[in-house]
Amino acid sequence: MKNPLDSLWGTVICGLILTLILHNIVSYALGG
Amino acid sequence: MDWVPAISRWIHFLAGVMWIGLLYYFNFVNAAAAKAAAADGTGAGIAKHVLPRALFWFRWSALATWLAGAALLGSNFGAAFLLNKSHLAIGIGAWLGTIMLINVWGLIWPNQKKILGMVPATDEEKNKARRVAFLASRTNTMLSIPLLYFMAAGAHTALYFG
Repeated sequence: MKNPLDSLWGTVICGLILTLILHNIVSYALGG
Repeated sequence: MDWVPAISRWIHFLAGVMWIGLLYYFNFVNAAAAKAAAADGTGAGIAKHVLPRALFWFRWSALATWLAGAALLGSNFGAAFLLNKSHLAIGIGAWLGTIMLINVWGLIWPNQKKILGMVPATDEEKNKARRVAFLASRTNTMLSIPLLYFMAAGAHTALYFG
């Protein structure tokens, strides 16, 4: 499988997905 | 006015804009430009005149951003890094920023010194250094997206997690 970080768009999409995951974790932890 | 947090926040923004601005310059502009320049034999000027200056401001603004952020956290530094509920959002941002700072000083800069000939390296070592520096830089670009989100959320928790 190709490393998504080799592509600029792959990097941005990974960042957006990571943001969504972390947002959900924090939201859950804060009882939101 | 409480001078320390006020000035720290201002410096944190100033240095952070320079750090992430240069990170985006490296990833969104220079990577493709260097590839095109290498193909037509005009890359030497970038490597000699642009990159050393850009990397100087990049690595020192990264450190200044982190130090100003630590000063801004002040007595909440422990609560943020221990991810206490009261400082969870900014704590995530602080950890992402710390990982990025370690990437700058521990991976990007030492490998760039080999690539730019500031320290001796064989061609094989330079090729390996290029790959490591590239992936560390791309990792920081990826991490900057949630980093900026959680910096914003840290100051406006109710808006983001209310």
